[in-house]
Amino acid sequence: MNFEQSSEHKMLADSLDRFLSENYSFETRMSIVQRGDGFSLDIWTKLVEIGALAALFPEEAGGFGGRGFDIATVFESLGRKLVVEPIMGTMMVGRAIEAVKNEAHRSLLASLMEGDLIAALAHDEPGEPVAPQQVTVSAEHSADGWLIQGRKAVVPYAAVANVLLVSAMTLDGVALILVPSNSPGLSTLPYSVIDGGCAADVIFDRVVVPRDALLAGPGLADSLLEQIQGLGLVALCAEALGAMDVAIRDTIQYLQTRRQFGTELSNFQALQHRVADLVIEIEQVRSAVINAAASLDQLRIPRERALSSAKFTVGRVGARVAEECIQLHGGIGMSWELPLAHYAKRLVMIDHQHGDQDFHLARFMALNGAESACLSRCSRRGRE
Amino acid sequence: MDLNFSQEEIAFRDEVRSFLDTRLPRHLADKVREGAHLTKADMQEWHAILQQRGWLASHWPKEWGGPGWTPIEKFLFENECAQAYAPRPVPFGTHMLGPALIKYGTEEQKRRWLPRMLDGSDWWCQGYSEPGAGSDLAALTTSAVRRTDERGECYVVNGQKIWTTLAQHANMIFCLVRTDPQAKKQEGISFLLVDMKTSGVEVRPIITLDGAHDVNEVFFTDVRVPAENLVGMENKGWDCAKYLLTFERTDIAGVGQSVAALSRLRQLAGTVHRGGRPLLQDPLFAARLARVEIELENMKTTNLRVLASAARGAAPGVETSILKIRGTEIRQEITSLNRRAMGVYARPLPEASPGDGQSPGLSAPQGAASAAAQYFNQRKLSIFGGSNEIQKNIIAKMMMGR
Repeated sequence: MNFEQSSEHKMLADSLDRFLSENYSFETRMSIVQRGDGFSLDIWTKLVEIGALAALFPEEAGGFGGRGFDIATVFESLGRKLVVEPIMGTMMVGRAIEAVKNEAHRSLLASLMEGDLIAALAHDEPGEPVAPQQVTVSAEHSADGWLIQGRKAVVPYAAVANVLLVSAMTLDGVALILVPSNSPGLSTLPYSVIDGGCAADVIFDRVVVPRDALLAGPGLADSLLEQIQGLGLVALCAEALGAMDVAIRDTIQYLQTRRQFGTELSNFQALQHRVADLVIEIEQVRSAVINAAASLDQLRIPRERALSSAKFTVGRVGARVAEECIQLHGGIGMSWELPLAHYAKRLVMIDHQHGDQDFHLARFMALNGAESACLSRCSRRGRE
Repeated sequence: MDLNFSQEEIAFRDEVRSFLDTRLPRHLADKVREGAHLTKADMQEWHAILQQRGWLASHWPKEWGGPGWTPIEKFLFENECAQAYAPRPVPFGTHMLGPALIKYGTEEQKRRWLPRMLDGSDWWCQGYSEPGAGSDLAALTTSAVRRTDERGECYVVNGQKIWTTLAQHANMIFCLVRTDPQAKKQEGISFLLVDMKTSGVEVRPIITLDGAHDVNEVFFTDVRVPAENLVGMENKGWDCAKYLLTFERTDIAGVGQSVAALSRLRQLAGTVHRGGRPLLQDPLFAARLARVEIELENMKTTNLRVLASAARGAAPGVETSILKIRGTEIRQEITSLNRRAMGVYARPLPEASPGDGQSPGLSAPQGAASAAAQYFNQRKLSIFGGSNEIQKNIIAKMMMGR
């Protein structure tokens, strides 16, 4: 048993933290999110240079990591600085390509890993998060390849992405298709998001892509989608943990310096207990992230249970940390000028990505049901 | 025990309802329902309509141009307004300063300032909090020094107020200032009316986390205030401030707002889909909704019990704090569920959100544009007007002494 970070992970975190503290101040971040495309190409390029992306890919693909704890390490650092650059989308799409190992997409993967191209996963749709069988964007065979129709909702950085990995329903089930963003008929409606950065709705109006744009067809796509969403869940949960650590640190600092009634706020027991409650919650989140990162090497049901329980925990605790840290600050906690307010917004909005806490609680219960059904089948078989 | 309103009270409620049916402008109700930002002109429009009916200064006696309502009538009025999505009148003049002037002001002050509140000549804001005096309001340090100059007796004010709501629209501010730095905290404070056009007054905006500009900082540098603008006695301003803060007890729970917001949320949850069925049929979401409904049903009766005791003339005790704490918790929970109901569409920013007319054909649920911003904005409910922590101190002190 050893919960120490490995020396490689320490080095990775150190170099990311050092880069971000030198290049990604709060002011820089705020000026980045307020411009039109909501990200900095310069920062993106440098993040790729120092290996933030390579750490998310296995060696076979030219990376130097790609396991759960590599992803958690990178995103925890990004979360501490509220980094908005589209690393998560590029990771998920790149890892999907890497998993399929199709020769036709090898050069695309290389370009993604070099940081020359940006990718986004276009899966969510209006009002319907995440369940693959509910995808309404359609794909049908045409003379020239695949004909795609429909609409995706709130795809992070869809307007700056060069390529979208689109989940689409075919006659035989859901498929994953790589669609260049400059395809005729594809349009984006971009907007800023409240927690910083950009997203867009994507409309496919008779978009045609060649046959080999299909990354995974029915049968394979379901599990591939689940697999890369799992990577996304580890990333989001670790990002939230990084943001929570900063939120509680700032709040404790504030309570130790703000004086009311002739003493520092940190001397009031009622407030001390509230900080203690948050510390407990955040340590539980830290464990949930460890469980989720470790689960990527496990079989499907234990893996997905760990992922859903982590995302549930992060959703529940994220909102609590956000609300409590604002409240403990008082009025100043509501002001735009204070970094804390932006950490709070990100923490709450993480619950609106890749399924919220209710979704993951229900999913956890369903997975429990599936597991006990399997166990009772197995034990019956054992008795026979 | 009788939980019903009397015949007269029901008749009154119906009168308010038919007034709102005919006189509440549709475009204002739509904005309030959508949680959209109300402009100064919007608020002035509604104030004028209420004033025409004699209902703007709902807390005032008939003598000064109010309707002279009982606490129950005030409640019924506020409740009906909220459920019809009427804007809340800006409270600082008619709802807060007005009653304080009626109690503590001189005849001259009442005659001068009250009519100007009614006809909209003055827009008041409230100068209470300071950077170093939030929850510990009595620690305020903005100073007012009395002296005589060529124009007569006056105070010279120096200092800073913060979180001043809608000061950007105001031409007048009522302030708590320290007139005796030697005295014990609450005892050296006075209540002053300051014309914001006086030289030395500067308003700077504070942008809140949702990007809104509702609150401000107000700076005072050698601001000359005529001595006749002192309300009550010098160094006795704290009594006046406390009186004015407890005046909102019929409305502090915001039951009407919660009822309206909940019915809107229920409607929304019936139309948006999650996992292939209406969100309302999602057992986890339905349970969240039921919990807050139950809490609100209880709150309605708690609120009425407080009203009934106020109507009997009982002095307010812990109940104002109970209503404030639980009332704001309920309102915040509803905004949280509303945000949750928007799913992925909670993230797009208000001015940029699809589906609100600008981008035809997009499928964001109605109100998605402002749901998250509203949720973040409403965090203020448990902070301002005496934070919920301060309210708990009040309850504990009243129940256990200290």
